[in-house]
Amino acid sequence: MDFLMIDWARAQFAMTIFFHFLFVPITLGMTVLVAIMESLYYKTGKEEWKKATKFWQLLLAINFAIGLATGIIHEFEFGTNWSNYSWVMGDVFGAPLAVEGIFAFFIEASFGVVSIFGWKRVSKKFHLFSTWMLAIGTNLSGFWIIVANSFMQHPTGYKLNIETARAEMTSFAEVALQPKAIDTFLHQISSSYLLGATFMITIAAYYLLKKRDIAFAKRSMAVAIPFALMNAYFLFLVGDMQAATVTQMQPTKIAAAEGLFEGMEGAPIVIGILNPNKKPGDAQTAVWGIPFPKLLSILGKHSMNAFVPGIQDLIEGNEKYGILPAAELIRRGKVAINAMNEYHKAKEEKNEQLMAENRKIFDQHSKYFGYGHLQKPEDIIPPIGVTFYTFHIMVGLGTFFMLFFVILYIRLMKGKIADGKLWLKISLFTLLMSYVATFAGWGMAEVGRQPWTVFGLLPTIKSATPIHLTNVQMTFFIFLILLGTLTFAEIKMMLKQIKLGPNKPEN
Amino acid sequence: MTLSFLQHYWWFIVSLLGALFVFMMFVQGGQSLAMQLAKTDEEEKYVFNSLGRKWELTFTTLVMFGGALYAAFPLFYAISFGGAYWVWMIILFTFVVQAVSYEYRTKPANLLGKKVYHIFLYINGFLGTILIGAAVATFFTGSNFAYHKITRELSWGVASDSLNLRGLEAALSFNHGALFNILFGLMLLFIVRITGALWVNNNVKNDIIRERAQKLAKVNFFILLPFLLAVLIMFVTMKGYRYNSDGIVSIVDGQYLKSLLSDGAYKLIILLIGALTFVYGVFIGAFKGERKGFWIANGGIVFVVLSIFMAAGFGNSSFYPSYADLQSSLTIENASGSFFGLKTMFYVSLAVPLVLGHIFYTWYIMRKPIAEEDVQDKHSY
Ligand code: HDD
Ligand code: HEM
Ligand code: HEM
Repeated sequence: MDFLMIDWARAQFAMTIFFHFLFVPITLGMTVLVAIMESLYYKTGKEEWKKATKFWQLLLAINFAIGLATGIIHEFEFGTNWSNYSWVMGDVFGAPLAVEGIFAFFIEASFGVVSIFGWKRVSKKFHLFSTWMLAIGTNLSGFWIIVANSFMQHPTGYKLNIETARAEMTSFAEVALQPKAIDTFLHQISSSYLLGATFMITIAAYYLLKKRDIAFAKRSMAVAIPFALMNAYFLFLVGDMQAATVTQMQPTKIAAAEGLFEGMEGAPIVIGILNPNKKPGDAQTAVWGIPFPKLLSILGKHSMNAFVPGIQDLIEGNEKYGILPAAELIRRGKVAINAMNEYHKAKEEKNEQLMAENRKIFDQHSKYFGYGHLQKPEDIIPPIGVTFYTFHIMVGLGTFFMLFFVILYIRLMKGKIADGKLWLKISLFTLLMSYVATFAGWGMAEVGRQPWTVFGLLPTIKSATPIHLTNVQMTFFIFLILLGTLTFAEIKMMLKQIKLGPNKPEN
Repeated sequence: MTLSFLQHYWWFIVSLLGALFVFMMFVQGGQSLAMQLAKTDEEEKYVFNSLGRKWELTFTTLVMFGGALYAAFPLFYAISFGGAYWVWMIILFTFVVQAVSYEYRTKPANLLGKKVYHIFLYINGFLGTILIGAAVATFFTGSNFAYHKITRELSWGVASDSLNLRGLEAALSFNHGALFNILFGLMLLFIVRITGALWVNNNVKNDIIRERAQKLAKVNFFILLPFLLAVLIMFVTMKGYRYNSDGIVSIVDGQYLKSLLSDGAYKLIILLIGALTFVYGVFIGAFKGERKGFWIANGGIVFVVLSIFMAAGFGNSSFYPSYADLQSSLTIENASGSFFGLKTMFYVSLAVPLVLGHIFYTWYIMRKPIAEEDVQDKHSY
């Protein structure tokens, strides 16, 4: 396969965000958990809580630094690799990024220093306040970046301007507070809390299995397990809302995620594997496995017999349910593009009447503008395999967590958390599992968005910088080596600190 | 509120953020001096802990500077970052390695060893600073791009008599201002080395290190002078890019002097006040050894940088000119976001004093200089 510049840019984005997201959820989750622990110290005045707080904070600090290092990369990448995207969408997309800087990153920077270095410099109360501010700052930063991402998943609050050929913001509230953003944020934040909690649980389980630092480990479990349990259920609740918004807003994504080729009323969810040879329109089974009847209609439309369109409906159209064929969408898009070009020509010639005519045509068709850049109807469908498996893996793990943390919680309540080797051994893997679920979820969200950078509006192929692929290739490998090395260093340091433990003399 | 007002407002905010970023770059300056400031492991701890409590703020100011440019002048972001690819990428790499270095340098099992993290900090201190300076200098000397207003196609490297190294030509294309760009980068380096030294003098409770810092501030001040003079002379005499009320760009002698003198010469006044304050601060800090020298000198720098940015964007100057195709040059008028977008962000920006407030407050309560006890602390860098 020929890798074009665009593919390298996509791969680069995926790779660098993968690194960023190794660290971000730990930061999001652990800042909150550390703040809870410090609150316990503040309330009880017990030195053990302070010690626990400081130990987790040390791990957090190691993680935090590389989180920043990997975050700044994307901010640059938007310009270096996705310049056309930045120009066309910058008016809308830039706002949440700027707000994130003003309202989140500075809070992190100023209070982070107090929280980490201020133990002896400020009052106990102000220290606690700073630790909470750090947690709030990181969470706010999560919110604003999700707002930006949600605009890409479901653009709102904008208008295409024929003059400038750009999307221009018409309502900031619609961008920042659209349901898609709220759902995604809640799901995202709770998945990060879960991941932060499993980080603690995994390490505490290791100590318990090694029969060391037992009091500390139990104390950490007592905070982390209820937190994990709560979030596992909350995650499911919000996930269900997410599924509904996706079904509504991005039918191509949900069809791919469920391997649903022929749309139907009362659509099932099939737990199984995808038939790789299935093509739209042929008679083969799409997914081999166990069907759960009507579940998809319930999840996606909150009604047993609602119609969920399949891949074939979306490509070929379905009159009964008012779905236009993709070919028609593309045709209308081309009309819009053409009207825009004609408009500008007329403007050069100062032909007011022609300008007005084309503006009218454009306004009627601008909704389909993005489709005009696609080549063929099948292009509207994202890669089915990745979207399907990532979704199933996430939901599978989510279900597992809901069961597993109930068990852990019961054991905690009964005071038996320190014994029971099997449960502790499984606990050792919970961190890894939450990572897998998190990346799977994002894989579904982002790959499932294809072929769009901004859904329905700007195709990925139109988003990149006009630059020769060698440049992007080179930076791809520089990032890979650099971030790989730094991540390896980070993990080594973490493991060393974990080995030293909370009770060892300094270094 | 008019679009023109908002465009000017946002260029002012961008200029202010640029100025505050240069203020904060004392961290980079300090890094570039670390080897001379500290001779033993313990002394290193003083220096790195002092700088290390501020690096994140500098980093964040850079992110914010970029974020504001992105939101307010998206066309600039797209063209400059997409076009001058390698300049920005290299700047980025130097900040990526900086971000981990403080935290990781002395942690056990840090894989690369202390030396390597120190090298990272030098790279960021020297290379990062010079490149940022050179990138800013292209606001005056121009870049090698063309931008088609209707097809919106961007091409980089189209001037017939030029190199195309995706941005790196800024330092190599001598017929297109490379000399100015390089001198500008070096000037920035010596400025931040001075403020870096003054910071250490301000913030460290160790007389040996402070004496060295004062001496280094003096030495770097004398090195700075010729660069400063050269840049200033070139700046006021060079040809610049001016646009008229129809948006047509032309090359004009002494454009930047004209810009400084326009509107009652307020920019020039700010520049002069800033420069004198800077010199006075260096005198107080480096020659008299007083701690407050840092604040005075660096305060002066804020004014200097502010006026330079304003000269780039106001007074009918094109702030991101193209020498390949004059009419592709970016001005605050043709590169900005929409009226509505800028207006929304205007309201958002009213909260900035609040942000400055918490930054100052936390800075203030943490102000005690780095002393023995901080260096011993488990959390220290
Ligand atoms: C620990 C991680 C984790 C777990 C256990 C779950 N999720 Fe999730 N999910 C994420 C972590 C995640 C995520 C990585 O955070 C995503 C990616 C984008 C987002 O908003 O969150 C996501 C996305 C995401 C989406 C797609 C949103 C989009 O495409 O824009 C849906 C429909 C769900 N989730 C639904 C669920 C359901 C029904 C779950 C059942 C329990 C579930 N998730 C568990
Ligand atoms: C492409 C998208 C992203 C961009 C451009 C981005 C940008 C950044 C930047 C520039 C930083 C450094 C901030 C500083 O200077 O203080 C950062 C850190 C951070 N980002 Fe991202 N980020 C992205 C994705 C995400 C996502 C999806 C989340 C979470 C939902 C997230 C959450 C955070 C958090 C919590 C931090 C700060 C703490 C840390 O070090 O981990 N980011 N990001
Ligand atoms: C941490 C969570 C995230 C993960 C794991 C992730 C993953 C990915 C992946 C795998 C791709 C490549 C998709 C493909 O081309 O097939 C991609 C593309 C992209 N993502 Fe994300 N993403 C995340 C968050 C974000 C956020 C928060 C933003 C923006 C605010 C964002 C913006 C983009 C852009 C601009 C592209 C490139 C254009 C495209 O391929 O559509 N991503 N991401």
